[in-house]
Formats: sequence, structure tokens, C-alpha cells
Amino acid sequence: MPAVAETIETVQSVTESGYKWGFETDIEMEFAPKGLNEDIVRFISAKKNEPAWLLEWRLKAFALWQKMEEPDWAAVSYPKIDYQDAYYYAAPKTKAGPKSLDEVDPELLKTYAKLGIPLKEQAILAGVEGAGETPAEAFPAGGRMPVAVDAVFDSVSVATTFKKTLEAQGIIFCSISEAVQTHPELVREYLGSVVPQADNYFAALNSAVFTDGSFVYIPKGVRCPMELSTYFRINAKSTGQFERTLIIADAGSQVSYLEGCTAPMRDENQLHAAVVELVAMDDATIKYSTVQNWYPGDENGVGGIYNFVTKRGACRGARSKISWTQVETGSAITWKYPSCILQGDDSVGEFYSVAITNNRQQADTGTKMFHIGRNTRSTIVSKGISAGRGQNTYRGLVKISPKATGARNFTQCDSLLIGDQCGAHTVPYIENRCLSAKVEHEATTSRIAEDQLFYCRQRGLNEEEAVGLIVNGFCREVLKELPMEFAVEAQKLLAISLEGSVG
Amino acid sequence: MLKIEGLKAEIEGKEILKGIDLEVPMGEVHAIMGPNGSGKSTLSYVLSGREGYEITGGSVTFDGVDLLAMEPEERASAGVFLAFQYPVELPGVGNANFLRTALNAQRRARGESELDAMQFLKMARARLKELQMSDEMLKRNVNVGFSGGEKKRNEVLQMALLAPKLAILDETDSGLDIDALKIVSDGVNALRGPGFSSLVITHYQRLLNHIVPDRVHVLMGGRIVRSGGKELALELEAEGYGTIAA
Repeated sequence: MPAVAETIETVQSVTESGYKWGFETDIEMEFAPKGLNEDIVRFISAKKNEPAWLLEWRLKAFALWQKMEEPDWAAVSYPKIDYQDAYYYAAPKTKAGPKSLDEVDPELLKTYAKLGIPLKEQAILAGVEGAGETPAEAFPAGGRMPVAVDAVFDSVSVATTFKKTLEAQGIIFCSISEAVQTHPELVREYLGSVVPQADNYFAALNSAVFTDGSFVYIPKGVRCPMELSTYFRINAKSTGQFERTLIIADAGSQVSYLEGCTAPMRDENQLHAAVVELVAMDDATIKYSTVQNWYPGDENGVGGIYNFVTKRGACRGARSKISWTQVETGSAITWKYPSCILQGDDSVGEFYSVAITNNRQQADTGTKMFHIGRNTRSTIVSKGISAGRGQNTYRGLVKISPKATGARNFTQCDSLLIGDQCGAHTVPYIENRCLSAKVEHEATTSRIAEDQLFYCRQRGLNEEEAVGLIVNGFCREVLKELPMEFAVEAQKLLAISLEGSVG
Repeated sequence: MLKIEGLKAEIEGKEILKGIDLEVPMGEVHAIMGPNGSGKSTLSYVLSGREGYEITGGSVTFDGVDLLAMEPEERASAGVFLAFQYPVELPGVGNANFLRTALNAQRRARGESELDAMQFLKMARARLKELQMSDEMLKRNVNVGFSGGEKKRNEVLQMALLAPKLAILDETDSGLDIDALKIVSDGVNALRGPGFSSLVITHYQRLLNHIVPDRVHVLMGGRIVRSGGKELALELEAEGYGTIAA
């Protein structure tokens, strides 16, 4: 069976089985009681049939979390979160798949329609609700690069495609719950090795209550033959999503990983606190791309996802490379700093980011590059776009240790403002303790000029098309880092995110 | 046909166009000449719909349709093209992408089928060849890092691809050396025919040696003060605007 067809069928089979169950009220979901305490942590661990060491690890994280304070240094504001007023475990009752896809909201479907051909997995997942509104043939099976998908709904991973193809090369790609059962030694060795339980408030919370996520192991010398992808969706009401992703690239291996996210419209805020850990050994390369499209809230700032995410990669081996590319268009609040620990000599860290805030969205995002090994190099390219009343902050740290001789960093932060009620802020920290290191920082702030808009319109583009074109041009350096399939989706998403921001 | 009647326009409360009457029949090329500050650029912006100009009187129709009621992009799709005096830079936007997006936006508005990448490229290459320009032009970002002459050539390339019914050339000759002037003029002349009309706005007569106009109008103080045949341009060159005004 052609690779793409396999993906489509697998995803369809898990989702269609859910469709016939009808409405939200009919969904047989299993919830843990609302609130958070040690018993909930034990409940989650027991549900997952976890070994004792993992339960202890969770309980330790929970104990640490209880002693920690929620951080308030980011340039974002939101009402205090009541952590006792949320569900920490929600799962479809049967293994058959999520029964809640029927409630994909029309706005989201409209968005997909506008995207033309989005990630086919997302389109199919969303299309289920329309039952035929989105015929399968709209997503041609030919000519596209196969993508293996792990789909996570609320707390549970529901499907992983292409397992067999990948297994033939010794690649492990499964949900982290499954990895705990099948490869406990790998999980135990690496879990928390990049983001320790006590790293920060949200990471500690995640460590205590994470319910699922993706696990990837690429063996020595293997170049992963396809893109690996995780599709996250928050669905149930009042549910936090705490996924945990762990990717290990052994010596000389290569992998490209894509992450896509959606959530239905809700007028209450939902918490998303994920942790992603990457480990790259000698000569290994990990490319991690995100197109984040969580529900941003409405134009008055009602609802939307609070996205408090910790992402960090360790370049443990010499000449290893970790590259983060993110396109952040969704969420009411984004608090996210994908980082690289450059331990191995000659290792390379990259961060390419586009963050858009429109209406009342707030984003405080950036990266941290820790230069520890010799001749380590890092590149940071951040493009912030603010429209409406959106607030956009780039916050970054470049830290060079005394031993990191010959280290180099280049940072470029560009901000684009649309309208006169939005804000752009740049907060770059540089700590250099090494004389031979070279650190460069460039920053610009600009507006979409009236003459640019008029020029485009005089050639026949309407105002929104013109803004889309100019913004895409502004983001070109970042978008070109995305895998082809994602880049097309991201470009359209940028234009959609800015709709109504001019005129 | 472009028909302007009693057109008055002001910017920030200052009246610039004080009642312009002008007809440009389809198939004709008319030159508008005038000294600095006479309202030449204002006329081109008002015709193409730029914001910031208030129309205080008169009317403009194009093929019988009220042009002033249309958005700039609607005017573009109706066949009105403005070659800018100062073409605008669009960083990160590839010229080919820009041109195809523009062409397809216009085609869509007119109910025509859109061109795919291959169809567009074939068409663009043909135009480039006619204009004696390099394919390299398509790969660069729109006007970014272009010399003054290259920017004007890019305007002519856009015009050739979009094939307008009315091309307004706003001082396209400014800053051009003689070779560039010839390429630009050849580009305009190649479009001349029964389905093409043009309003060539210029300060100097030089351009009109290459693009020979059917009519010449002199714009001064916001009004057309004199109209005549192509020989009027030569007269202006010889005697200056001063005698006309007198």
C-alpha cells in the first residue's frame, strides 16, 4: 500500500469509528475527578499501568511543583489559574479511538477550507465531522512525501501510522505510554534528562501529570526515511493537555519531526503545558518544526489556549545539531522558549521563529542557547508580527561558558507592526564568559508601509492578500526552514491569522 | 475610453486638481506635461485610487464605468495600470511570486482561469525575451536592491504581463539613462494597439521622442491649460512652461 494511503486510512479508521457516536454529550469519556492532588497523580500512573519508578518520578515532580511559584516575569497577563478547577485526565473509554471528533467547530473547518490543502492528517481529522463535506479525494495520495503521524487527543495517543515501515529500520515511533511499556530502559534513561522535574513551574506540573505524547528513537547511523509528525488536539472541556515528547537521535542519525496543534473554540481558557526533550548524540541531527494553531480566543480576548510549553534540546555529542523552527499563530497566550544545550564540541543550535499576535493575543517567546562545548555555533532568527491589540515579545538568552572557545552566535530579531494599538518588545540577554567567542545581535522594527499596500493593490491584490504577501516576505527566512508541506500550510495560516487586521 | 470631467481633488485640505477635463480614447497615447508641483502625480494617484486624496468635484469614467467608486484593486482588474515614479520595495517577496499573484488576482476578478506556475513562467519568459530582460529579474525580490533603471524596467515588465487597457506612466523616464529609456519606451510601444491607451506623465520632452504621443496636454496649477498634437511637446521644450502660462 502506498505510504500516504496508509496514513490516510489509519487516521480515518480511528476517527470515523468515532464519528458515528454523534454528539458531544454522547461521548463516553473517562475523566479523573476534577482537581490535582497526589491521588490524581497515582490515578494517572495506575491508568497507564506504569512501573513503580515512574510513579515515584511523578510524585517527586508533584511535591516539587507544590513548593514552586507560578512565574510572573513574562510580559503576559492573565487571571490567576485555578489548578484545582480542571481535569487532568480525560480519555475515550474504549481503545477504538476518540468519539469526540464530531464536534470540530465550523470556524475551524472554515479555516481548513481556507488552507486549501492543509496537512492531510489535519484535514481528514477535521473532515470527519462534516461526513462527506471533505471528500477523501480532495487529498491526493500521490506525489507527496509520506508523513508518519502520532495523533494525540486530549490525554491519549490514538493512532500512530507507519510503524512497520519504521520498525524495519529499527526506528521506534510510538506514544510515550507505549514506550514506557515496551522500551522502559530508554524512557528511564532519558526522561527528564534535558528538562528536569524542577526546571520550572509548568515543567514540574507536566512531569507530575503528563498523560501522553510521542516517543522517537532513531538508532545509530539511521536517516529516518520520512517526516515524523504529532498532531495534538485538545477536545474535552476544562481539560488541560500535558503531553510529553521525547526524541533521541543516536550517533550519526537524522530525523525531521513536525508538530501540529488545534483546539476547538471555547469561551473558557484551556491550559496546555507540554514538555519536549530532544537528545542528539555524536553527528546526529534533529530538526523539530512546529506550526502552532491552538484556538487564540475571540477578538475580545475571550477563550483561547494558554500555551505554557518547555522545549529543550541537548546536543550531547560532537558535531550534533538541533534546529527548532516554529510558526506560532494561535493561543491566547504563548510562553515558549525552545532552547539548545550545546555540550558537544562543534555542535550547532538553530532557532527560527515566526510569532503572530492579533486581536488580544499575547506571545512571549524566544530561545536560549547554552554554549558549553568548543566551537559551538548558534543562529537565532526571530520574526514577530503584531496586529490588532496583540503584544509580542522576543525574549532570548545566549550564554557562553568559559570553556566554549571559538563559540559563535548570530541573532536577528525583526518586528513588524500592523496598526497602532499593538506592541513589539525585544529582550535579548547575552552572557559571555569566553574571550574568543563572537556574539552578534541585530534587531529591527518596522511597519507595513502604506506605499507597499498601495503598490500591491494597484497590481490587483486586495488588502488582505497584500498584507499576506508582505508578511510572508517578512518571514521568508524562517518559512524556508520548514519542510515543504508545512511551509505551504504556514504561509496560508499567516494570512488567515491576520485577517481583519487592516482597514 | 478614459473620460475625466471637472475633476477636483485636494490633499490635507489643499486643492491640487482644480477642474480637469480630459478624454483619452482607446488606442491613443496622450502625454501630460507640466512643471513640478502642477498636480501630475496627484492626477495619477487619484486615477489609480490611492488613499489620502479627497475628490471634491467632477467625475472619472473608464469604459463608461465610474472609476472613482472602485477600490484600487478593482481599478487594476478593470485594466488600469500605474507605472510608479518610485517603485516600492517588497523585501522577501519574489518577483515571480508577486507577478503571478497579481496576475491571478486580476484574472480571478474578471472571471478568467488562473495560471499555474508553469503557464505563468512560460508567459513571463516570453515577455522577458521581448523586453530584452534577463530571467534573473523573476528570481529577485520585488525591487529590492534594484538600481533606478532596473526598477523602471520592472514596472514595464509588470505592465507587459498584466496587459492593461490604460497604462499611466508617472515620470517613468526620471532617472533613466538612454539605454534604459529605450527599453522602457520599446516596452510601451510594443503594447500600442487598438486595445491599449496610455497617459504618459512627464516633465521632459525626451521620452516623447521614443513614445510618440497622439495628443499632448499641459498641466499647470491643477488645470489643463493647453492641448495639442505631438509638436506641442517640442514647443514646450524650446520655450519652457513660462510662455504657456503667460
